[in-house]
Amino acid sequence: MANGSPLLSVRHVSKDFYGNTVLHDVSFDLHEGEILGLVGENGAGKTTLMRILFGMPVIAETGGFGGQIIIDGQEAHFSSPFDALDAGIGMVHQEFSLIPGFTTTENIVLNRESMRPSLLNDVFGDRMSILQRDLMRQRAVTAIGKLGVELDPDMLVSEMPVGHKQFTEIAREIDREHTRILVLDEPTAVLTESEAQVLLATLKRLASEGIAIIFISHRLQEVLDIADRIVVLRDGHVVKDTKNEGVSLRDVASWMVGRSLGDAGAREASRALSEIAFKVRNLWVDMPGETVRDVSFEVHKGEIFGIGGLAGQGKLGIPNGIMGLFPAGGEVELHGRQVPLNAPAKALAMGMAFVSEDRRGVGLLLDESLEWNIAFTAMQVHGQYLKKIAGGLFTQRDEKAMEELCQEYIELLDIKCTGTKQKAKELSGGNQQKVCLAKAFAMKPDLLFVSEPTRGIDVGAKKLVLDTLHRYNREYGTTIVMVSSELEELRSICDRIAIVDEGRIAGILPPTADISEFGLLMSGARAEEAVNA
Amino acid sequence: MSAQNTPQNKFLKFLTQNAVVIIFVIITAVAIPPSGLSLPYILQEVITRLGRNSFLVLALLLPIYAGMGLNFGMTLGAMAGQIGLIFAVNFGIANWQGLLFALLVGLPISVLLGYICGLVMNKAKGREMVTGYILAFFINGIYQFFVLYMLGSVIPIRNPAIVLSRGYGIRNTLNLESVRQSLDNIFMLRIGGFAIPVVTFLIIALLCVFIVWFKKTKLGQDMRAVGQDMGVAEASGIPVEKTRIVAILISTVLACAGQIIFLQNMGNLATYNAHDQTGFFAVAAILVGGASVTRASIANVFIGVILLHAMFIVSPLAGQKLFGSAMIGEYFRQFIGYGVIALSLVLYAYRTRKAAAEARLSLRGGPAGANGASNGSGSGTNGGAK
Amino acid sequence: MRDLKTFIQDFGWPRIIIFLFLVFLFIMAPFVGVRLDASISDVLNRFGQYAILVLAMVPMIQSGCGLNFGLALGIVAGLLGATLSLQFELRGFLGFFGAIALASPFAVLFGWLYGKLLNKVKGEEMTIAMYIGFSFIMFMCIMWLILPYNNPTMIWGYAGKGLRTTITVEGYWLKILNNFLAIKIGQFFVFPTGLILFVGLCAFLMWVFLRSRTGTAMTAVGSNPDFARASGVDVDHMRTISVIISTFLGAVGIIVYQQSFGFIQLYTAPGPMVFPAVAAILIGGASINKASMVNVIVGTFLFQGLLTMTPSVINSVLQTDMSEVIRIIVSNGMILYALTRKIKVSK
Repeated sequence: MANGSPLLSVRHVSKDFYGNTVLHDVSFDLHEGEILGLVGENGAGKTTLMRILFGMPVIAETGGFGGQIIIDGQEAHFSSPFDALDAGIGMVHQEFSLIPGFTTTENIVLNRESMRPSLLNDVFGDRMSILQRDLMRQRAVTAIGKLGVELDPDMLVSEMPVGHKQFTEIAREIDREHTRILVLDEPTAVLTESEAQVLLATLKRLASEGIAIIFISHRLQEVLDIADRIVVLRDGHVVKDTKNEGVSLRDVASWMVGRSLGDAGAREASRALSEIAFKVRNLWVDMPGETVRDVSFEVHKGEIFGIGGLAGQGKLGIPNGIMGLFPAGGEVELHGRQVPLNAPAKALAMGMAFVSEDRRGVGLLLDESLEWNIAFTAMQVHGQYLKKIAGGLFTQRDEKAMEELCQEYIELLDIKCTGTKQKAKELSGGNQQKVCLAKAFAMKPDLLFVSEPTRGIDVGAKKLVLDTLHRYNREYGTTIVMVSSELEELRSICDRIAIVDEGRIAGILPPTADISEFGLLMSGARAEEAVNA
Repeated sequence: MSAQNTPQNKFLKFLTQNAVVIIFVIITAVAIPPSGLSLPYILQEVITRLGRNSFLVLALLLPIYAGMGLNFGMTLGAMAGQIGLIFAVNFGIANWQGLLFALLVGLPISVLLGYICGLVMNKAKGREMVTGYILAFFINGIYQFFVLYMLGSVIPIRNPAIVLSRGYGIRNTLNLESVRQSLDNIFMLRIGGFAIPVVTFLIIALLCVFIVWFKKTKLGQDMRAVGQDMGVAEASGIPVEKTRIVAILISTVLACAGQIIFLQNMGNLATYNAHDQTGFFAVAAILVGGASVTRASIANVFIGVILLHAMFIVSPLAGQKLFGSAMIGEYFRQFIGYGVIALSLVLYAYRTRKAAAEARLSLRGGPAGANGASNGSGSGTNGGAK
Repeated sequence: MRDLKTFIQDFGWPRIIIFLFLVFLFIMAPFVGVRLDASISDVLNRFGQYAILVLAMVPMIQSGCGLNFGLALGIVAGLLGATLSLQFELRGFLGFFGAIALASPFAVLFGWLYGKLLNKVKGEEMTIAMYIGFSFIMFMCIMWLILPYNNPTMIWGYAGKGLRTTITVEGYWLKILNNFLAIKIGQFFVFPTGLILFVGLCAFLMWVFLRSRTGTAMTAVGSNPDFARASGVDVDHMRTISVIISTFLGAVGIIVYQQSFGFIQLYTAPGPMVFPAVAAILIGGASINKASMVNVIVGTFLFQGLLTMTPSVINSVLQTDMSEVIRIIVSNGMILYALTRKIKVSK
């Protein structure tokens, strides 16, 4: 348990990316054998903090960080993850770093294999040493033993269940002789209930052997179960650093989600909308990293419906699946008509449009002009902006009409550019987002999906985007489904907000609900539990 | 999940994985009777060709192991070997000493060319095969320039018999009489009517032993890791770029030696063309032997050489008999040769995509609320399938 | 200065070197006794001969299918059309356009099958394309021997079985395009008007196509397939269409080549025609997923210019024929350069 001087000390760490401050004055201590639960929403700074701790090159490449990382009383300067590993910090990432065709043993000792020199070492160097497979296996068995789990050292990783892969990763860190601090980033995200329990038990075991653990999870109940101390990050600040005694789920949820500085402000009175325009039943979507398992909800005509939740929980999968970008199944109805899934053309033809969260990857043709970008979907789906030649035998792009359309939206949305012919890749993030919006608006959609509409754009542009959405909704009656990780944004313009957790809707709340309610839903508590917590 | 393992599916899987070998066995078996060739004759031819070609095909193993696909760039090593032989004949060094000399001259050239090939392939990750193919043509142009214009003028050639009549450049056909069969003849075992070049086979066996031993080394393990997932290998500290270059380099050097073995058995060198088909024949052989772009074993090499060349031996005459034209037999044999490579590549690409799709299938949720991510051969957060 | 640097970076050193070398050759020509007017006439001729084969590369590049190493399929379709045209004794313009018409169903069929195959093996297209091309050529070699052609100018005389390797089109449609409205200036210079007009027509049609709804969709697919898919475009369908058009142009291209060159070349001849087309469009400035009409014209002109001028000029100077070696180094070097360039599609 915790005593004596700290193993790891984070002192006044700060970090900014090109003027955008992500971490402010973060400090906490970690002792030997202590389990520290690190909690926070997306964008709170957890990932950046871990990157600093682990010496990721991206930190140095973007101007380094302020403050100090002190290990065993000595200030640490890591220029690469290998330095961090040498200092005894092991990290288990969310994306498995395993070689599929190698066995458990081979993965555990990857690039640190036991070997003895051969005849050719003198001529051709160290890598001509022969592997000593028996020693390697011994090491693997020892590491697995420390975890207290059943893991076959000779099984191929590609044939393992996901839980075992997780354990193999941890075993790899344990096998390193110097590992004294273990950082786990959302380790239970891909595990079943029972596997998660085994993992938590393992972590407690490791802690009892003296290893300090930083445990990052959005499943607050798990954090409460095993952490000795809890640190809550919000907007880059440490808002709470407490021992895990007498702390309730609701407490942690509130700290995590917090209260915004300017409250919702002048909100319009909630509207009475009755007609159901859009129904979703048992939707599942296979989108890597944002799997949707079973989602059902209804949206009123003319409503702005918000969908929130933590990253990776599935909220982004919902619009992507409905619009046919990823394999999906279930039932979707628009104005009583069935929407065929896995068919982008059909979804678009029915009057739905989508502004994707992946601006550069899916939302834009970076190498083409703004004219192309804005008019393309309307051209392909509705046959607009085309001149018909020879009685409709073939078509030609109506460049003039495209230019006019583009000009219209440049003015409407205040898109900063040198002209309609400028290439999309040259615009700033915020302006690119406006182009994506323009493309969707040019379709004159009935139902508009917007995913992360203000991600990565500056404050002024944010306001313009939200105002535009609000205006379209009120003036044209466009039903809007808005997916966002920024709760405040959702609370500012949505009529109702659904929270997605683990691929399912955890609950639907009005924007005026208490902030901690949202936090509880996001962290895995069901709606009923939230009431009782 | 269990639906995938029914007997029908297993059989189908077996067929697609071994389609190429099966087709070849059938074609060859069918062609033997009409060819009119006796089995002992065919057997002897196969033995000779095993000795002649195996070394070259073995050179393909390491790049496949390291995930770089079929090394069409092995032709570079062949060219280096040929330059070595030209100089051996130039200096009039005969017998196996001549071969050794050729190897010594070719070695540094093949190391240099192999290094260049590795560098180029690292710049074209994901397109190694076609890049190797084009690089071979490109270097061929430089080889032609070197042999046709530089040798005999800027680089003096002593032996006037190998120079073109105009005074510089090497002759189109080089008589390798001085070193002909010198490796084979060191110990030619004549038994039961067959002639087996023992030393040649011994050298091939030594290479096999080296390859087996190599796989046990750290470098071999690193190559295997790099071949399966460059990202993970890099993250664990393995020098990916360097490892890939070493794989190609070794392959090129082995191709150099292999070409020398090949040519000493042939007895003459078509100076400007001999290496044209080297890559094609070696690749076809290993694919016929059951290898794929990412997986090859020593067994594939020998099975492939035997099957490919058996088919090549019998088809011209079979074609003559069946279609009344030797030309048709000849064309047929080339058609099968190219076709088998095309088929293997297509099957491989098709299978890889299917496997990736199947892996993702296991993650799909559904109304049953199954925790889809808990089983199966893929991980939801692995990000590798895209 | 920065603009110049970006220009050089984008354009690439190899292209600049080739361009300067060609200019050098043209300047040298008169000094070594090579007639400039004859040279230019030659270059124009060869330009027209190859241009459509190079144009055939454009659709597949634009749709993101890469360099069409399987052009051999289109060429074979063209050979079938040409031989059938001769078999049916079609002459003059009827013969030429007849050949194209006869080749079309084959071209569309081959293109469609090839396109479907490529869609199943996305990613490994280029190597597979090459070997499918080669095996198909070999298969056709067998076919040329056994198909029941019986026009005496086409088949082996004494043995009587199968088509000849090289068949003359004299008397049928030799230079039918070249001679159309040709302009002759002096003894050595002929401007092959009909040929250039036809090439211009084809380039124009392609340009019009790329500006149509389908053409726009196709370009988007090559530029960003995810964007295209999200906008409702059927990516696989677009790719197949691009392959069919490419194969069809390959067929037309070889027929145009034959009427200018004077001979139909069968058996293994289609093989070596593919790489020059690939190299030419790359020299013209195309990348692996973007090609324009300008690339076609500039590339064909530079490449053919190089191939025409090098033998005549260098041979006069060095008394030796280096053209073959230079051709190998330049064309393959260019393709290699394109393959190893980081793909500049912004992400």
